[in-house]
Amino acid sequence: MTDTSDNDQAITRVIWHSDEQKNRLKSRYRKEKIFKFFAVSSLAAAMAALVVVLGSIIITGSSGFIETRIEMDIFLDKAVLGDLPTDDRQEYEKQVAGANINRILVSSLQREFPDVTKRSDVFELLRLFSVGAQTDIRDVILKDPSVIGKTIPINLLASSNVDMLIKGNISRDVAENDRKISDQQIAWIDKLNNDGKVTQGFNWSFFVSGDSREPELAGIWSATIGSFLTLLVTFLIAFPIGVGSAIYLEEFAPKNRITDLIEININNLAAVPSIIFGLLGLAIFINYINLPRSAPLVGGLTLALMTLPTIIITARAALKAVPPSIKEAAIGLGASHMQTVFHHVLPLSMPGILTGSIIGMAQALGETAPLIMIGMVAFIVDTPGSIMEASTALPVQVYLWADSPERGFLEKTSAAIMVLLAFLIIMNGLAIWLRQKFEKKW
Amino acid sequence: MFKNLNKTLVGISLISVSLISAAEARDQIRIVGSSTVFPFSTAVAEEFGRSTSFKTPVVESTGSGGGFKLFCSGVGEATPDITNASRAIKSSEIDLCAKNGVKDIVEITVGYDGIVLANSKEAKLMNFRLQDIWLALAKDVVVDGKIVPNPYKTWNEINPSLPNNKIEVLGPPPTSGTRDAFAELALEGGCKTFPEIEAIKAQDENRYTALCHTIREDGAYIEAGENDNLIVGKLQANPNAVGVFGYSFLEENSDVIQGSIVEGSAPTFENIADKVYKVSRSLFFYVKKAHVGVIPGIKEYLSEFLSDKAMGDFGYLAEKGLIPLTSEELEKVRVTAENLTPLKK
Repeated sequence: MTDTSDNDQAITRVIWHSDEQKNRLKSRYRKEKIFKFFAVSSLAAAMAALVVVLGSIIITGSSGFIETRIEMDIFLDKAVLGDLPTDDRQEYEKQVAGANINRILVSSLQREFPDVTKRSDVFELLRLFSVGAQTDIRDVILKDPSVIGKTIPINLLASSNVDMLIKGNISRDVAENDRKISDQQIAWIDKLNNDGKVTQGFNWSFFVSGDSREPELAGIWSATIGSFLTLLVTFLIAFPIGVGSAIYLEEFAPKNRITDLIEININNLAAVPSIIFGLLGLAIFINYINLPRSAPLVGGLTLALMTLPTIIITARAALKAVPPSIKEAAIGLGASHMQTVFHHVLPLSMPGILTGSIIGMAQALGETAPLIMIGMVAFIVDTPGSIMEASTALPVQVYLWADSPERGFLEKTSAAIMVLLAFLIIMNGLAIWLRQKFEKKW
Repeated sequence: MFKNLNKTLVGISLISVSLISAAEARDQIRIVGSSTVFPFSTAVAEEFGRSTSFKTPVVESTGSGGGFKLFCSGVGEATPDITNASRAIKSSEIDLCAKNGVKDIVEITVGYDGIVLANSKEAKLMNFRLQDIWLALAKDVVVDGKIVPNPYKTWNEINPSLPNNKIEVLGPPPTSGTRDAFAELALEGGCKTFPEIEAIKAQDENRYTALCHTIREDGAYIEAGENDNLIVGKLQANPNAVGVFGYSFLEENSDVIQGSIVEGSAPTFENIADKVYKVSRSLFFYVKKAHVGVIPGIKEYLSEFLSDKAMGDFGYLAEKGLIPLTSEELEKVRVTAENLTPLKK
């Protein structure tokens, strides 16, 4: 810096092309470059972290959308199935549900591999197939009663171990005792594979079935419905209350110590760890009001408490962003305070409020900690039909699978994370779209 | 646009109102409790839901202690019917139950679980004595007859036959039932072999428990969280580390990790079943007798759990890593389940 105060002259002329000034300029440029370098490298580090996280999830998870099936000739033995009443559909379905499909599968397997006779060997052979293979056979019988008594090829779901072997997640090189699949089983699979019976296809059941202890059968449908019901409750509670509070605090409330105190508390609440809200939910909704445990209603109410501060804060910011000139014009034309707010301020701030609410909802969608306390972290197979029935949520499903010992769940965990991320991207995308479409600029 | 928005909001609220059905009597079994029993309990629940006309039970993993707390909170639809536990019920818990009106509790033993110490297949197989485990992990140990803060840094300082590696053990946090059982079976088992400790036990029981169960906090024991898959992953990355977890995780991952030998026996299915392997415990579940007949399906769930299909040699629970009861033990448990014989105080 050039110091002028020591100089006798009141004004010093700066000689811009002097060496001193040139050096000064150089140093300023250098500092800017250094700053830019650090800024770019921190951005690069953040991007690299994101790529690593997403990359590892996609690499492990993408095979979770693939299932392995083995085609077998199944003899639908009349002697085992019994006389099925083909004309009475209801009775037919009931009898098929009770039929000994296991017998049919075992005897068909023995026809394919006639040299397998020992009970333990038959058992090993059966273990190539999932428990779901019986459902596959049952579905064929249900679809077309005329197949009974015939031998037809059915594409049966393979067990998770076979699936892992085909995908290369179980190594053939280790000793037999050290893997979940025996040499004999590998030999059978190789034979079936050479005959072109082993196929891989898209795992639709992942999207339409509920949780299961068998990785090859486990799906995210019931968790998705659980998340949807929970978020519905959250939205219906948190949105009206949040927006109402924001309107009152921003437009009507007197500015005094009490409202200041409320404001500080709302800001603090937004930063409270979510598990605290879980404890609150347990104490109030389950222990005091006696609502059922694990129900989306309780989950939604708890998450609503958690998202309320976020919605209030963003809604207030959106209301504040409406220019005073609009309010003054409305009041000037004789509108009442309430008319001004509801006819002009609120509609104009709606895009901002919705954006904030959707981001709050997305946060609630990814939350597990509060759900632990209210019993939504549980093994639940059935899809909830109402907000009073037990259910889980998507992030809970991820958490439960990540904790399961079966290797097949590794890819399912990542696959479920991918679905969860897709939902979050859609919600955030919707927020951006709403903002861009309806936001007014002054 | 905003008029439409209002309509949509009204629509959504109508749908949601219709979704609230009137609170009906519960027709679904509710199970809480130990995370160790959780994989087995859920497998039975799923098969039960598949093969019977009852709804699939809801199974929550709350930990053994948390399970008893919920289970003992009273009788009625709002409380769970069954709680899983990786340890037997404590007398204080029986008292809590009795205080809240839960009088008849049926105890069902389901099998055994071994706690294994394992390391990567790339490293040497470890061969521990119980006292090695205590000397490696306790906060204070006995050196030359005196109790001093744990000085050991490498395994071969404790036992020359162990490798010259830094002591690095990844294990469960204090909230875990596995940690309790590990402390009780492995640490205390090693600790009480020292005459100095025996002398303390005679004088001061509390000091004895503290000495035997307290784990060092200088970084040799690393709390790896409740997720055992994480420990398995870390063992693969670091061949010098030893991990502590349940047998089912060893069974699933035996291509990459190996179970260390403890007191001369390896953690295999047979050794745990024959009770040769020292660090193993019983697993239980407890049934609220007052709920049998009120909540549908409880008796059927019990018979599914104790059936040959589940508990037999080729049963699906063995496949999941449960070490089953011997056939005489199973027969006894079946009688208890059939008669719903309550626990005696």
